[in-house]
Order: sequence, then C-alpha cells, then structure tokens
Amino acid sequence: MFHSSKQYWIAVALATCLVLAGVCTFLYQVYTGIGIWGLNSPVFWAFDITNFVFWIGISHAGTLISAILRLANATWRRPVTRCAEAITVFAVTIGAIIPVCHIGRPWLAYYLIPYPSERHIWPNFRSPLAWDFFAIITYLTGSTSFLLLPMIPDWAAVRDCSTGLRKKIYGTLSLGWQGTPRQWHRLETAMHIMSIVIVPVAVSVHTIVSWDFAMTPVPMWHSTIFGPYFVVGAIFSGIAGLILAMALLRKFLHLEDYLRPIHFQNLGKLLLTMSLLWFYFTFAERLTTWYGNDPSEMAVFWSSIRQNFAPMFWTMVVCNFIIPVPILAIKKLRTITGTCIASVGIVIGMWIERFLIIVPALEHKFLPYTYGHYQPTWAEMTLMASSFGLMFLLYLLFAKFVPVISVWEMKAGLHHPSATPHASTVTEVPIRSGFDDNPLPSDV
Amino acid sequence: MAHKWAMVVDLDRCTGCEACVVACHAENNIPTAGEDQASRGRAKHWIRVESYWEGEYPDARLRYQPVMCQQCDEAPCEPVCPVYATYHTDEGLNAQVYNRCVGTRFCANACPYTVRFFNFYNPVWEKPLNLQLNPDVSVRSVGIMEKCTFCVQRIRAAEIQAEGEKRDLKDGEFNPACVQSCASKALVFGDVHDPNSEVSRLARSNRSTKLLGELGTLPNVSYLQRGV
Repeated sequence: MFHSSKQYWIAVALATCLVLAGVCTFLYQVYTGIGIWGLNSPVFWAFDITNFVFWIGISHAGTLISAILRLANATWRRPVTRCAEAITVFAVTIGAIIPVCHIGRPWLAYYLIPYPSERHIWPNFRSPLAWDFFAIITYLTGSTSFLLLPMIPDWAAVRDCSTGLRKKIYGTLSLGWQGTPRQWHRLETAMHIMSIVIVPVAVSVHTIVSWDFAMTPVPMWHSTIFGPYFVVGAIFSGIAGLILAMALLRKFLHLEDYLRPIHFQNLGKLLLTMSLLWFYFTFAERLTTWYGNDPSEMAVFWSSIRQNFAPMFWTMVVCNFIIPVPILAIKKLRTITGTCIASVGIVIGMWIERFLIIVPALEHKFLPYTYGHYQPTWAEMTLMASSFGLMFLLYLLFAKFVPVISVWEMKAGLHHPSATPHASTVTEVPIRSGFDDNPLPSDV
Repeated sequence: MAHKWAMVVDLDRCTGCEACVVACHAENNIPTAGEDQASRGRAKHWIRVESYWEGEYPDARLRYQPVMCQQCDEAPCEPVCPVYATYHTDEGLNAQVYNRCVGTRFCANACPYTVRFFNFYNPVWEKPLNLQLNPDVSVRSVGIMEKCTFCVQRIRAAEIQAEGEKRDLKDGEFNPACVQSCASKALVFGDVHDPNSEVSRLARSNRSTKLLGELGTLPNVSYLQRGV
C-alpha cells in the first residue's frame, strides 16, 4: 500500500502540473477579469457551466449506483462501491469549485451563504443558483459520509498492521473502531439509512442543475423535460466514468481478481439502459420542439442540427447512441475493452451534450439583432484540462492512501454471500491493496 | 401615489441617428469597448439602435428599433439572481446593486432582450475622456453586471428638488439622457400613474405594443408601431 512505482509518481506529477496550470490561469483571471475567456454578449455561459454540469453529472455514478445496488442487495457490487463513491466525492468537489471560479468576483462568493449579517441581506431563495448551492452542499456532505462510513473498519485494519505516525493517523481516522457486534450493527444501520437518503438527494441535485436552465425564458431551455433529462444524462455519463475508472484501477493496481469481467458486464447492461433512455429523451425533446415550430426555438434547433453546431450534434449522437448500443447490446462485445470503448465515447458525447444545451440557445435568443457567436480561448481550455487533472490527482492519491476495494465488505461476501457481516474479526487477515505484489486469492 | 416610470418609443419617428446611444454613454460613464472587444461581441450600449432590413433589393428599407432595458414588471432577471443584486423598486424600476453583484451572469442569460452587460475587464478611459465622468453615476468595476437605469440619478435629483420645494413633479420636468437628446422626439419618458402625462397618453395609443410582449414580462417601455 505504501510503496509505489515510478510510473505512479510520474502520473501524480503530471496531474499536479495540470492542476497548477489551472490555478495560475485562475489567478490571472482574478487579476485581469473574465475577459480572458471567450464569453461575450449574449453568450454569458459556455465552457464554465458545461464543465460544471459535466462534473456534477459524473458524480452521479457513485453514490447513486452504489446506494441502489446496496438497497437491491446486489452482491456483485461489493468490489465496485468504493471506487464509485470516491468518484462522486471528487467530482462533486470539482463541480463545486467551478461555479466559484466562474463568477465575476470570486472573492465575494460567500454572498451565496446565508450567514447572519448586520445588513440583514440573505441569499435570494427564489434563484435556482441558490438552490444549487444548497443542493450541492447537501450532496457533498451526504456523499462524503457515504464514502467515509464504510471505510472505518478498513482504516482500523490498516491501523492494526502499521506503526508510528501511520498508526496514529489511521487510528484517528478509524474513530476507535473495535469491531464489536454493537459497532457493526450501528455501521450497518447507518449505511442503510444513508443508502435510502442519498437517492433522492442525488436525483434532486441534477434536477436543480437542470433548473438553472429550465427556469429562464431562453429558447430550448424553458422546458419541463429538463429535470428527468438531466438526471438520466448524469447517471449515463456517471456510469461511463465509473467503468473507465475501474478499468484504470484494474490495470494499474492489478485488481484483476476483484474487478472481474462480470462487473463490467453488469455495469455495461446498466449503461445500455441509460443509453436507450438518453436517446428517448433527446428524441422526445427535439421532436416536440420541431412540431411546436416556435420561431425562436427553431433558430436554436437548426443551428444545432444543421448549421454551425451540426458536426458537434451528430458526433454526440454517434458517441452516445450509435457506437455504445451495439457494443453493449451484443453479449460478445460487452467485454472490458468493449465497455471501455463505449464509455470513452459516452464521456465525450455527454460533454458535447451539455455544451449544445448551453451555447446554441444563448447564441440565438429572441431578437435576431442580438445573435452572437462563441469561441473558447486558451484560458477556458486550460481550466477544463485542469479539472481533469484534479480528478486524476485526487483519485491517484485516494488509490494510494485508502483501500480502493472495501475489504470488510469483500470478506463479508466471502463468508455470507448475501447476508450482512456480524462481528467478523477484520484484523486477523492482513490488509492488501493493489500496490502489493501478491493480491488476495481469486476465489472471492 | 408613488410614481411609475415608463417610456414610449415611436418607431415612426426614429431616424436611427444614435444620438441617444452617445448621450447615454456620456451620462452613465459607459466606457467604449474598443475595436477588438467590440468584434468579440463585447460592445456595451445600455441603449442600442437595432437595424433590420425589410424587403428585397431594390425595394429594401432599413428599419430602426431602439432597445434599452424594458424595466419589466415581471422581470426574468430578478428572481434568478442568487444574491438579490437586482430587484424591483417601488417606482417600477428594475435596479442593479453594483456592490452586491457577484457576477454569476444568470440575469444576462435570463433577459430576453439582451440588455444586461457584463464588465469583462475594469473600465478604462483614454485621456482626456477620463475628465468627463459624471460624478452622479458610479463607475462599475470588473466582474459585475450593469444596465439601463432610466437615468435613476436624474429621477432622484428631480424628486429631491421637488420635495424640497414642496411641490409635485411636473410632466416633462426632467428626462433621461436618451430622451433629452432625441432630436426627432421618438423617445418620451414620464410617469404612467399620472393619466394626463404624455407617456400615459401615448401608451394608450392603438399603435402601442410591447417588445416580445408574448413572453409576459410586462415591460414598462411601449413601442408605437409604424404607420406605414
């Protein structure tokens, strides 16, 4: 767990460089102004909010899936849950940082917090952005607890087999875990409650993100379909992100015995369902608009389907539907490589989807005189690359300092394939992680 | 009774001279964006004269339509601001509180008229333009939104003057800079709560319409449609 290869540190260094590039760009932007971005009048949001929706979408992989699989008692979930939950926490963190960076005066972002002030000014609770603030804070708190709770027994296991400072740190993190039946019972109860609570929270988060658009009278934004459409899109891109993360972990941490083809197959089936649902929503949305034939909406419609955004639109359809569906529907193709190819397409396609929701609509608002054109600049590209860098960095560090597979849950699965563990003596078996040379036996 | 400020734009009278645009820039300390920024879509005019071609050559006609903040009673920009930087005043104005604005730009996206402007950089005035700043109007810093105020500084000055002299405001006693500078009198400003004011009379005209009225924003600016 604590010995890492050269490649690992090179990867950490590269990710850190990307993050630093983003930090420098942000500081330069604070010094000069958002003018270094490509935004203009009328396109006041573009890459910034695309990335925000993208990362909040990716975050729907983890907690939601893991909660549903826990509630459904799907035992194959055991090795998947923790890497999924970690994606959620990191993606929401990135998603929460982006709006702060995107506002004109980031140093005043605290105005959104309802703190007691002598001027008696509170946030405007009618604003979807204020709802966003509360939704994301709730989701971040919830998903962090959801990630940390089941880590306690594993941290205790690390504590019991380490010495010195390490023992102290992991001892603090394990919150005095002894593995008594009472503690196990409490942990199970807490996890059950969290699984139930986190599902509506996750659904509400992306619904509220969609309302940032749907609550405004902008052509093609003002739509009742946006809530469910965004939730479906979020889970869709989230599962794709999870499959990619699992494949990387499997390859580089040699977790072949834990993350097995069956996991990719099962997640592939889920991904197929989401791909079909996504297509259904996209088709329904476009067809309704086309039949409605509202001139302001049709300007946006044609700009994305036929005019300057057409290449992006059709790339999106290919990436999100035409490539993944055959791969995921045909059992022979639903392999690890197959699901990874589909997932790469979906991650790209879903980023484009968010861009196409935001930019063509803003370029074509009601008065033709105000039509605009948006072109991104180096600053936005750097910030976007930096958000990916931050994800990689957090994940790399996570994989190093935390057992990425929930050890006690795996062992619970060993002894009672479908039941909950009771007073299993976690500390008896030495803890392993992917950085070791000898993985646990493969009969898990 | 409180005033309710409104404007009427007579499209028959507008010649597209853009004197209103220049007057607005001078009155409200609006910096010129410059060639480079304007070409990137960052020109900043609280009032603009939109031009539309009608018909095909050789029977083409150029039509003008001045557009400024419509001071909507149901303004889409107001509820979306998460920090109350934009709100509705008692006198029907859609106000922007510069100090409170954090620059989410949500209001600008929500505005169907695209009359809200963002300060992408700190404003700069080349010498000697820096000597002509209006002391009654705040200079807006980087990162915040701004928009037409119906020259609220003139409204407040006239109201305070009338209050000091213990009398009511007279119709046409003061005007925003654009109205004052309109040579063809295409712009008329006043109080619609006063049924005898010129703006009330014109707003009742059967030529009177609202810009994008179908959106239900209830603008306080009326447009008198062209007779021909």
